[in-house]
Amino acid sequence: MTNTKGRFGEFGGQYVPETLMNELIHLEEAYNHYKNDPEFVAELDSLMKNYAGRPSRLYYAEKMTRDLGGARIYLKREDLNHTGAHKINNCLGQVLLAKKMGKTRVIAETGAGQHGVATATVAALLGMECEVFMGELDCQRQKLNVYRMELLGAKVHHVKSGSMVLKDAVNEAMREWAGRVDDTHYVLGSCMGPHPFPTIVRDFQSVISKEAREQILEKEGRLPDVVMACVGGGSNAIGAFYNFIPDKGVRLIGCEAAGRGVDTGETAATMAVGKLGVFHGMKSLFCQNDYGQIDKVYSISAGLDYPGIGPEHAYLKSIGRADYVPITDEEAVDAFEYLSRTEGIIPAVESAHAVAYARKLAPTMDKDQIIIICLSGRGDKDVASIAKYRGVDIDE
Amino acid sequence: MSKKIADAFQNGKAFIPFITAGDPSIEKTKEFILTMEKAGADLIEIGIPFSDPIAEGVVIQEADLRSLEAGTTTDTVFDMVADLRKETDMPLVFMTYLNIVFYYGYERFFTRCEEVGISGIIIPDMPYEEKGECADIAARHGVEVISMIAPTSEERIRTIAGEASGFIYVVSSMGVTGVRSEITTNLGSILGHIREVTDVPAAIGFGINTPEQAKEMASIADGVIVGSAIVKLAAKYGEGAAPYIYSYVKSMKDAIR
Repeated sequence: MTNTKGRFGEFGGQYVPETLMNELIHLEEAYNHYKNDPEFVAELDSLMKNYAGRPSRLYYAEKMTRDLGGARIYLKREDLNHTGAHKINNCLGQVLLAKKMGKTRVIAETGAGQHGVATATVAALLGMECEVFMGELDCQRQKLNVYRMELLGAKVHHVKSGSMVLKDAVNEAMREWAGRVDDTHYVLGSCMGPHPFPTIVRDFQSVISKEAREQILEKEGRLPDVVMACVGGGSNAIGAFYNFIPDKGVRLIGCEAAGRGVDTGETAATMAVGKLGVFHGMKSLFCQNDYGQIDKVYSISAGLDYPGIGPEHAYLKSIGRADYVPITDEEAVDAFEYLSRTEGIIPAVESAHAVAYARKLAPTMDKDQIIIICLSGRGDKDVASIAKYRGVDIDE
Repeated sequence: MSKKIADAFQNGKAFIPFITAGDPSIEKTKEFILTMEKAGADLIEIGIPFSDPIAEGVVIQEADLRSLEAGTTTDTVFDMVADLRKETDMPLVFMTYLNIVFYYGYERFFTRCEEVGISGIIIPDMPYEEKGECADIAARHGVEVISMIAPTSEERIRTIAGEASGFIYVVSSMGVTGVRSEITTNLGSILGHIREVTDVPAAIGFGINTPEQAKEMASIADGVIVGSAIVKLAAKYGEGAAPYIYSYVKSMKDAIR
């Protein structure tokens, strides 16, 4: 019999070294206390509103809708949040929680740098020391974000172990945390890792679907037919899905990074090619070889090239509640350019994966149907690398 | 019939070296294990490499990657142990991460362990709460799942120790494996709590490097575990590491006799 704590079906759990177990237990207790503490809730609400700029807009993308000729398309504008992505929702929650727990220092992993920037931002605001772990390859792909984090007072560790990308940054952050739990909280950036992280991150991100559900009811008087979001670890997607899960008529679609294609070996499409395993503290699906060694994964998007996926997504897939589709680099880059031209909105290359699938799906739907795309982040950070992908060398 | 874990603690304080299988090659690992037995090792931990060993410091991480690069798999490690059994009956345990065992299949993995005479397994990312994954299957095949106790375990010590079998792996320090100049944890108090609930032998590991440290640890525990210092020798001297490993292991065992 396995531990039932923090399970989503068979997925989830707490697969961490003993050194971290008591800290996870303390974290769960503290979270269960503060999530019902009126003072904590009011403080977080105020920060979400006055600092992050919530609620984020639900924008009717009229030109895109007309151009695709099918379902009405709405964009949930998480890109308009302070720091330019949904990541701030989770960081405000976790760093505030850490502060209440008496911690004085936060650490985080980051892929594209958005979660690192958001953590560094909130740490600056709340007066916490901050150190961010980022794979050396990602540091090179996202130099601006490295500088941003340093500007915000964080120390950035360039992780040179393993494949030098997001999974290695998570490894290093976990190692660091195991060495220093007394004053340090690990602000995990996605709905992954050991319990209670998948639940905490989902709860802090669920504000996305809470708002979107109210907003669409107000604008259209009905629920959407489809909610879609990009998935790496899956935090913006779980946030966008969560309050729609009980609405059986709402189709939930996660768009994962296929890289150069799911059959090429250069992919990060965990749902398409991953198998059940145990890694980074959780039982979930992972890209791995025939002996359970974790694969190197690839995507043009530094935020999606993670070899696993949050346990709640694996569960939603297993019960057929959500579908997951792979989107290639090329499709994502096309969508990046498409949304920029069509709506004047430059999406993060991560979010462009969801836009790409909307371009395929919307034309097959009726004109009275509705799609909500979670536009998880803005694309300023990606402009240089997209230019490079298109053969234009510009100086960052 | 190979010897059991309990036999390793019949010869005074136990010296328990760790070696990453397949670094620099699986044949050399076999030679290093036999060398360590001759040098006085009482029990040997064989590491099955994992791509992302989150409880390891940089020395063992790099050894794991070198080993995987050299083509080591779970099957080649089992084959090596089977081969080794023609030459030694000393107690052997595995150390690896849960995904390696999970992916191989619990029943299949522990059946193989029983066949080749592996008497225990250390899985650093399977804490007490998740023992249900494979503890029963392991036990059915005569493989003891080694429990770990850390400086942060506090009130968990009694619970964990109370159900421990084989030996208890006491983690000396916070953080990951690797050589440390100083160990500051109050290990005496941890060992005291363990002794209140069980007679299962307890060995201290993480950070131990010098014979002096080993002696100090052996004065409060039943055994001493050393990994990174040995893996470092294999990394430094490669194919020719055996004599260096021999004299190091001998100096450590002599220090705790």
